[in-house]
Amino acid sequence: MNFDFSDDQKFLKAEARKFLDGNAPASKARAILNDKDKSFDENLWRAVAAQGWLGAAIPERFGGLGLGYLELCVIAEELGRAIVPIPFASTAYFLAELIGLAGDEDQKSHILPKIAKGEMIGSIAVAEGPGVLSPDGVQTFVVDGKLNGVKIPVTDGMIAHTAAVLAYENGQPALFLVDLQHGSVDRENLDTLDPSRGAAVLKFNDSPVTRIGKLGEGWKLIESLFDRAAVLLAFEQCGGSDRCLEMARSYALERYAFGRPIGSYQAIKHKLADMYVKNEVARSSAYYGAWALNTDAPELPIAASAARIAASDAFWFASKENIQTHGGIGFTWEMDCHLYYRRSHQLSLVAGAPRLWKERLVSQLEKRASDGSI
Amino acid sequence: MDFNDSPEDAEYRRNVRAWLDQNVPKKIGSTEHEKLAAAKDWQAKKAAVGYGCITWPKEWGGPGGTAIQNVIFTEEESNYQVPPNPFRIGLGMCLPTVMAVGDEDTKKRFVGPAMRGEEIWCQLFSEPSAGSDLGASRTRAVRADGKSDWIINGQKVWTTLAQYSDYGIVICRTDPNVPKHKGLTMFWVDMKDPGVKVTPIRQMSGGAEFNEVFLADVRVKDSQRLGAVGGGWKVSLITLMTERLAVGKLSGANWAQFLDAARRTPGIGGTPALKDQSLREKLADWYVQDEAIKHTRNRAMTAISKGQIPGPENSISKIIAATKLQELSHAAVEMLDQYGIVSGPYLSESAGQFHATLLTAPGLRIAGGTDEILRNILAERVLGLPGEIRVDKDVAFRDVPTGR
Repeated sequence: MNFDFSDDQKFLKAEARKFLDGNAPASKARAILNDKDKSFDENLWRAVAAQGWLGAAIPERFGGLGLGYLELCVIAEELGRAIVPIPFASTAYFLAELIGLAGDEDQKSHILPKIAKGEMIGSIAVAEGPGVLSPDGVQTFVVDGKLNGVKIPVTDGMIAHTAAVLAYENGQPALFLVDLQHGSVDRENLDTLDPSRGAAVLKFNDSPVTRIGKLGEGWKLIESLFDRAAVLLAFEQCGGSDRCLEMARSYALERYAFGRPIGSYQAIKHKLADMYVKNEVARSSAYYGAWALNTDAPELPIAASAARIAASDAFWFASKENIQTHGGIGFTWEMDCHLYYRRSHQLSLVAGAPRLWKERLVSQLEKRASDGSI
Repeated sequence: MDFNDSPEDAEYRRNVRAWLDQNVPKKIGSTEHEKLAAAKDWQAKKAAVGYGCITWPKEWGGPGGTAIQNVIFTEEESNYQVPPNPFRIGLGMCLPTVMAVGDEDTKKRFVGPAMRGEEIWCQLFSEPSAGSDLGASRTRAVRADGKSDWIINGQKVWTTLAQYSDYGIVICRTDPNVPKHKGLTMFWVDMKDPGVKVTPIRQMSGGAEFNEVFLADVRVKDSQRLGAVGGGWKVSLITLMTERLAVGKLSGANWAQFLDAARRTPGIGGTPALKDQSLREKLADWYVQDEAIKHTRNRAMTAISKGQIPGPENSISKIIAATKLQELSHAAVEMLDQYGIVSGPYLSESAGQFHATLLTAPGLRIAGGTDEILRNILAERVLGLPGEIRVDKDVAFRDVPTGR
């Protein structure tokens, strides 16, 4: 039994934390939040790219570090802890993963090295409006290699160079790569719940596209892609919720009321113990997801669902109860609590809401039950 | 990151499996008496080849094995139908305490027979007025007139296995004139002493798995004292520490049983209850919790295999599991709608399991550390938050206010 990260991976994690403590304090996210014209921190993006992290799981022959997913997981946790205002998830968990999963040799050798160097920002364009997107609801179409339709919201859509777009061609779903700098693409900035992570509405007007993966398998591909991203996002969420617990703990020890630290009251102690329990549930679930992702195990869809459900629950709980523990000061703009509260939603919605993942999990359990395999 | 044994552990597991295949008893018996005899034989057989107390040192007749070997044996043994284990309290808690603080004669007398399953031990700690607050124990031990012997009087409660036990360790108040933690002393007692009376407690679930133990003028020699006079609290911490090392598992109805029941039970509108979105979401949550407990345990095993002391994993798992069992069984009974009130022969065996879990779950949230005490432990020992304000800390025990 070795259900833990290796010493090398832990060293990488410690190095990442050191780097982010120095280069990405919460004030960086706050600066983006306060600046309406900015949706990411370009200097931080370059600095992170220089660390090679974007290519952690990209093979060396495509310009990456060729480490693996466990390494990408520990980096993700630290990025989540630091609530970095950069398009790391869109680029590394979505676009790079999609290319790795379904790209041909040409797409891989063209795109992956650029991603690894931080020269290409990616985005994933699936949603088209409020509510859950079903296969029948997609109103984006490709005819003769030209894309038409509207995607909203697209996280990092304003700053991305390339988008992976879910659309129908000949009545079948598929994913397409679109160069967002092409004149046929209209982009409009969206205000967001977490302004440290920007989003856009993308309008495609006969935009030239290249299909990635097979026609008709777009929906399956999206599910595989989201399973992979879900594990990595779960680590970001774990990092964020651990940070919330730390903030709540420090404040509970510093803040006095009725002549004693508020952390000495059971109402606060038990709240923080509950945060800790949820965080550990999320961590154990994320570890299993990491194992499944790294070994390409058939359990990945179930493991990814569990990781996403547990991590979304933990971050939501920790971020809201962190504010509550802080009392009035926690409700102010100047405290960092709300940055995490906002980010917890950004992360729990970006790859589909937990409700959707619960349904995905249960339908798989149902299938296993009728196969007699549980 | 993998789930594989190290080469040495894999070999150990192979040997364990081979041995179990050859040696697991064919008959366990049906009466209580037969089962007890089978249990004693099984423990003796294990002890003879070094599986009796795997981590105990050679000096005391153990093989001096590692904690992970112990886990491996327990895992493998759980795949077989083996006799019940009435030795777990003695071997897991009482004897480690005896080994830590007993004198040479006491150790020589008791360690071997306990390991070989010849003698059963229980732990006489909780009292009607000392549950979570064990330090408030009131069972009195006083010196017999002019002798070094002690006379014990009092009542213990929730004592597992007392009805089968030959010996017990008992925490007693020896000095009520000092603050509570300073006036306690630990002894071992002969459970067959005429002054010891064991009565089963009928639980709200109808079962009777625990006992009350009344001690009336039980005379013990000073050599039966474990540790210093007034040092009983420290000794009890040794006992409770060893409890933490045992990686336990709560049993009861699980998500797979719920799923199965929900497929077969009509829900709103006549479709199976499993189509009900609110039940599906709950089912997902319970699955996630069950799996997380398993993987938290895997993380603890990894720490143990690296020679580290496990952290608070048991407290985490127990908090989650006890509440989950209660909520799951409640939802399963509710799913039957009006029929949920029916028990007995008109209720299917599988649905009966949910009734059973519903009625045992409240006990699970209390036994071995209540939900509230466990949260205090996590908050204080893991998160480093301040301890509770203790108004009884510097007061002589006899002056501490008491309620019910």
